[in-house]
Amino acid sequence: MSMALVPARRHTDPSERVAHAGLALLVALLLLFLAAPLGAILKQALEDASGRFVGLANFIAYARTPALLDSLHNSLWVSALVTAITLPLAFAFAYALQRSRMRCKPLFRGITLLPLLAPSLLSAISLIYWFGNQGLLKDAMQATGIAQIYGAPGIVLAECFAVFPHALMILITALSAADGRLYEAAEAMGTKTWRRFCTITLPGAKYGLISAALVSFTLVMTDFGIPKVIGGNFNVLATDVFKLVIGQQDFQRGAVVALLLLAPAVLTFGVDRLIASKQTAMLTARALPYRPKASAWRDGLATGYCALVAALVLAMIAMAVFASFASFWPYNLSPTLKHYTMGLVDAEVGEAFVNSLKMAAGTALFGTALVFIGAYLLEKTQGADPLRSAARLLAMLPMAVPGLVLGLGYIFFFNAPTNPLGGLYHSMALLTLCTIVHFYTTGHLTAVTALKALDAEFEAVSASLKVPFWVTFRRVTLPICSPALVDIARYFFINAMTTISAVVFLYSPETKVAAIAILNLDEAGEMGAAAACAVLITAASSLAMLAFMGLAWMVDRKTQAWRH
Amino acid sequence: MTEQPYLQFEGIAKQFGSFTALKGVDLAIPKGEFVCFLGPSGCGKTTLLRIVAGLETQSAGRIRQAGRDISQLPPAQRDYGIVFQSYALFPNLSAADNVAYGLVNRRSPKAQIRERVTELLGLVGLPGSESRLPAQLSGGQQQRIALARALATSPGLLLLDEPLSALDAIVRVKLRDEIKSLQRRLGVTTVMVTHDQEEALAMADRIVVMNHGAIEQVGTPMQVYREPATAFVADFVGRVNALPATLLAGGGIQLGPSRFEGPHAGPAGRDVTVYLRPEDVLAGPLRPGDSNVFEACIEKIEFLGSYCLVQVASPALGEQRLSVTLSPNFLSEQGLRLGSRLPLRLLPERMRIFA
Repeated sequence: MSMALVPARRHTDPSERVAHAGLALLVALLLLFLAAPLGAILKQALEDASGRFVGLANFIAYARTPALLDSLHNSLWVSALVTAITLPLAFAFAYALQRSRMRCKPLFRGITLLPLLAPSLLSAISLIYWFGNQGLLKDAMQATGIAQIYGAPGIVLAECFAVFPHALMILITALSAADGRLYEAAEAMGTKTWRRFCTITLPGAKYGLISAALVSFTLVMTDFGIPKVIGGNFNVLATDVFKLVIGQQDFQRGAVVALLLLAPAVLTFGVDRLIASKQTAMLTARALPYRPKASAWRDGLATGYCALVAALVLAMIAMAVFASFASFWPYNLSPTLKHYTMGLVDAEVGEAFVNSLKMAAGTALFGTALVFIGAYLLEKTQGADPLRSAARLLAMLPMAVPGLVLGLGYIFFFNAPTNPLGGLYHSMALLTLCTIVHFYTTGHLTAVTALKALDAEFEAVSASLKVPFWVTFRRVTLPICSPALVDIARYFFINAMTTISAVVFLYSPETKVAAIAILNLDEAGEMGAAAACAVLITAASSLAMLAFMGLAWMVDRKTQAWRH
Repeated sequence: MTEQPYLQFEGIAKQFGSFTALKGVDLAIPKGEFVCFLGPSGCGKTTLLRIVAGLETQSAGRIRQAGRDISQLPPAQRDYGIVFQSYALFPNLSAADNVAYGLVNRRSPKAQIRERVTELLGLVGLPGSESRLPAQLSGGQQQRIALARALATSPGLLLLDEPLSALDAIVRVKLRDEIKSLQRRLGVTTVMVTHDQEEALAMADRIVVMNHGAIEQVGTPMQVYREPATAFVADFVGRVNALPATLLAGGGIQLGPSRFEGPHAGPAGRDVTVYLRPEDVLAGPLRPGDSNVFEACIEKIEFLGSYCLVQVASPALGEQRLSVTLSPNFLSEQGLRLGSRLPLRLLPERMRIFA
């Protein structure tokens, strides 16, 4: 046997070199706009103000500051409470949607997902109109023993609304994966309803529940807008970061707090990955979808409950809309456009609104291109394995980084006097890049899922026909995946319109976006204009959503004809 | 045979972590030959094909194609057309665009491409289907388009990775004849991977039987079936009776309580296994004076259409049961049914003996 010892490496085709260069570029971008800013936070946390390495001294100093420890305590219990309230509510709602035969399911589902189209602080503004000092239901609230809405009660209530749709989406998915055969078998054995719920439904949704709980906790923990608007004197970590860094220029302690915020997000991320790897085997190919039987009392109960929740969500949004048109709350409620004209024209929110649209469009366009090309190079090309692992890791990392932490990292990194990229600071380009990175992972996962659904041999066939991969990318992959592209673009656009947490550190007067303008108006006491601005953003997001749905329909007709 | 082989493997080995997929395969394939890699799943046949295609990289060894060392070339610099089990047709492109996929890139004039596409579609028996999308074609038709696409650039080598296993039985038999006759007409050297022995026997000029990452036997279908080189090949290709026996002095075997005439296969007293195909147990016509004849009793009849697989027992064989193929006509002519007795003969020259 002639075992000629040829090295296992094979030569690289010129077309493969292009792919490797593309991957290298992706890794470089993610290192620069994700890893480096995060590294800058770590560096700040371990150094003193003059840049000397001090080990854990900043952490120790933090632990000795009672006011800051209070914030940590507040953040933890508020997040836990919101999770404890939201999780059962969202589970019941998801259960009603997936396991009952009530009517109007799409309507209920649509209404409860509406908060995703609004900046999270819309609910805080609404609450102020409902329960604030001049709120409609202030007396009713005080009768229950809550002295004022500003502070913990307002934060908890507003966060419940903001977080509900996120938890709901996860739980809907978790409950959709039911094997009807299990229920049939249980019923054939005469198992009681309650026991069926405890032994089949709950275990089946276990991972979804864990995931929803962690996501809720992390979202509340790292949310900045709501505590800023309705928190009053009640301090939490997210507002501390802002005060420490922007107010007191205390970068060291700001970095320590940022790391504290990073912890639950990283934990969530880790558990989520673990769950994702376990959940794949839950449904086998032979599972039959579960079809709930008709049950008058269950469907009636479900309809009543869902109607109540939908009414609360609508009340929240409607109040902001109503207040934005009210002449002088609460004394003169006659309709007027003055908050819109005042906000848009006088307070230069109009400009901010245009900035928002620019940033959202930029994020959707460049983000989608980057995410999709990156995912394609990762999934469908060969070689350069170390680069590939690095890109894979960096693409998943943003999910573990709260926007606030990312924004802080950008300040530390790009605002450093020695950074040659310092010119980017305050620029629209950096705001857009930051937003792309912030929401990168979800887009990446959508792209990977779409790409994995394609025949794995397309690239092999192309290579055998001497067709370079980019031709196949253009002629085959891109047309087939265009619905996923629209999804990714929509996700980027809506989130860019409503995000506050990362960009709050990065804007300048020229590049202020509308969601930030709400905060400024609120600080200036212009509640009506703030409400008007929040409503405008929500309206713009809703229009964008409709536009993207139309686009999806068109793309489907144009590029997916071969499916039908 | 002084002629240089078209495709030559020298010590091809492949390691996936601690798993050895290929243990140094040596093989030479002459130009124009149709070769099947046959073996159970996990035997390394697909890995070997993917190494030829450059889709996997061998851990050690060399491959030469038409005298050129292609061991380290990326797929795009090798010369082959490939058809996958999944067809891998581009679903959003018409049949014509799929077939022309590799031609367009060569910047041939449009009219020439169209002409070539028409020719290829005719060649695979689908004339006039230019504008149809893959989803509008049946599985067999899709596989023909994939074949036309692979042949479009006139490659020197055609690789077929289980091309028929996703098709239903009737289409499979039809298409395998067509592929074979197309290959013969074009004279393109072809390597096909399959786990279906019938497919390999029907299509291949030579079969490479593989097991556990090594070649067990290379031979014509007739050789592989009639003269299996190893017990594995005898077992894997076709039905076989595996009969434990002991070699006797002066040639002959002890099978249970009886002595039978058999080939010379080693020193007396050695325990061996005698492999004998069911059709090599004769039920007639038997002549007086024939050796290895004994009387057996029918225990089970499995009707398989053109023939019956009959299980018999005999005091001459002790506990050992024997499978025999008999024609349904023979059974009815002789009035044989369960429990019937009949004389049988073990053909000594067809016995294969392995330790």
